[in-house]
Amino acid sequence: MRWTEDLRKEPLLEIRHLKTYFYSDEGVVRAVDDVSLNIGRGEVLGVVGESGCGKSTLALSILRLIRPPGKIVGGEIIFDGNDLLKLSEEEMRKIRGAKISMVFQDPTSCLNPVFTVGSQIEEAVILHQKLKGKERLAKVIEMLRKVRIPSPEERYKNYPHQFSGGMRQRVMLAIALSCNPDLLIADEPTTNLDVTIQAQVLSLMKDLQREFKSSILLVTHNMGVIAKMSDRVAVMYAGKIVEVADVIPIFEKPYHPYTEALLRSIPKISKIIERLESIPGVVPSLVNPPPGCRFHPRCRYAKEICKREEPPLIEIEPGHLVACHLHK
Amino acid sequence: MKKEKLLEVKGLKKYFPVMAGVFRHKIADIKAVDGVSFDIKEGETLGLVGESGCGKTTIARCITLLYMPTEGEIIYRGKDITKMKGKELKKFRREVSMIFQDPYLSLNPRLPIGEIVGEPLEIHGIAKGKEKDKIVMSLLREVGLEEYHIYRYPFAFSGGQKQRIAIARALALTPKLIIADEPVSGLDVSIRASILNLLKELQRKHNLTMLFISHDLSVVKYMSERIAVMYLGKIVEIAESNKLFEKSVHPYTQALISAIPEPDPTIRKKEFIILKGEVPSPLNPPSGCRFHPRCPLAMPICSKEEPKLKEVENEHLVACHLAS
Repeated sequence: MRWTEDLRKEPLLEIRHLKTYFYSDEGVVRAVDDVSLNIGRGEVLGVVGESGCGKSTLALSILRLIRPPGKIVGGEIIFDGNDLLKLSEEEMRKIRGAKISMVFQDPTSCLNPVFTVGSQIEEAVILHQKLKGKERLAKVIEMLRKVRIPSPEERYKNYPHQFSGGMRQRVMLAIALSCNPDLLIADEPTTNLDVTIQAQVLSLMKDLQREFKSSILLVTHNMGVIAKMSDRVAVMYAGKIVEVADVIPIFEKPYHPYTEALLRSIPKISKIIERLESIPGVVPSLVNPPPGCRFHPRCRYAKEICKREEPPLIEIEPGHLVACHLHK
Repeated sequence: MKKEKLLEVKGLKKYFPVMAGVFRHKIADIKAVDGVSFDIKEGETLGLVGESGCGKTTIARCITLLYMPTEGEIIYRGKDITKMKGKELKKFRREVSMIFQDPYLSLNPRLPIGEIVGEPLEIHGIAKGKEKDKIVMSLLREVGLEEYHIYRYPFAFSGGQKQRIAIARALALTPKLIIADEPVSGLDVSIRASILNLLKELQRKHNLTMLFISHDLSVVKYMSERIAVMYLGKIVEIAESNKLFEKSVHPYTQALISAIPEPDPTIRKKEFIILKGEVPSPLNPPSGCRFHPRCPLAMPICSKEEPKLKEVENEHLVACHLAS
């Protein structure tokens, strides 16, 4: 409840009716289709969904990193009182990396192999802070120490290939946090890592978030990571947000049939499950999504109205929003 | 009733040579699997779990003889398969089949489904032509696909459907033993459950024995009766599935279990056991117990002497100095 109250007062980021479409040969892919979402100050918001549901596009849209054939065709993204979609490219560059930064899924392809790790952290510092010479180097080493790279005074001279996967992701975190951003967008930050390394990175992220007091938008398909990290959760399906709530109600009392089915389809280690429930069918194409509620062809509770009318996202309990005809 | 052992692996080793220099001479070995012993009983599912690079897939490939083991025995129904030849080997290959991780790569894009699933039938001279198509159709129905799919090509199917096709192919020769190597890792959560359920159903129906390999402990738990945990080319613990989660003994198993973020926010306060560092290279594994540099409970003996896999309780084997 705490988060919802804070949010009403003063959201850090407000996404209103965002639409990001990709104009492909096969038609218009509505990757993000009329999405509204708030992120509070200091909050960790988890965005969960299956591949192709638009969660990464949503994350990239916030930083305006959508490339053609993709385009943000509508909506507003209010950050600190300004609509990011109305800023010039120059103004946007001052926000990227400084106020909003991002960590991607694959740290190997994000780091430049021909520059040292130190110089890549330094780059972010040069762009957004007025530190010189020794101070700048001290900052780089401090960042490496904060992300728990052993002997940072030596390691900053290393190249990315001398680091392991988990360490590279920590370097990405160091770059992202070097300018103390208000919002960190983490897009599947631990998906490529082994579980024990994932545990290292997740606990590091949690500690850093407490230290830097940044908000985090955590995009992942892993319900376990969501449960561990988030304060609030938004569930996406086929370009739409179907449910938003604080983390405990989402897991204990999901209202949307998709959230419910998703939770029942994952095996757990703390419970013995004889048979998992599976969701019939496949994720629909975003070029030609089903009419009405996009989940209706796979929904076990689907009624006549679900095929015709799109359910709006409405608040059915304080802070708990659901887009479903069953709950009104 | 004690079930019979269908497969017994004894002291299996597989080294891959590292070549260097102008004359490509061998400079070292990557010890992918370094002395592994376990058995699979008839009709049981044995889960094999471990992080990437620990040698899970190498074991799978040794059992199907896609790799020739460097050392050790793989005994199938009382006979060592590494010494099999000719007809005997062909019969073994009929009884063991494999499901791979990536159905995008394991299905030939230029062949229709009928050919892909029917190929093993032809190779082993079981059926041809119309008869083969009939068997293929019934296999497709069994895995939840339609009969007319035999004329389609792999690109027309989604990831989950492709994995169903791969399962149909694996079942074509009515095998006894199925090696499933990360069969659901490439699939979305909502599809994953249906493939896991399908594998479980088929196993019951045909009384299949299965080696189920995955890096995901929760999936392995759902599928298997017993679980073997691997670390850097060695098995560190084998136990009955529930026992492993309730009373794991090896510190690595404990850390692995605790590292899984459970989809339940009410227990998130439970802290991870954070391991130091990363998995070392199998090129130059640590002395003694291979886990000792990362082990929170390491003792002086751990760096000197390698712990043997010993039974601590009935059917519960552990390789750790703490357990003895």
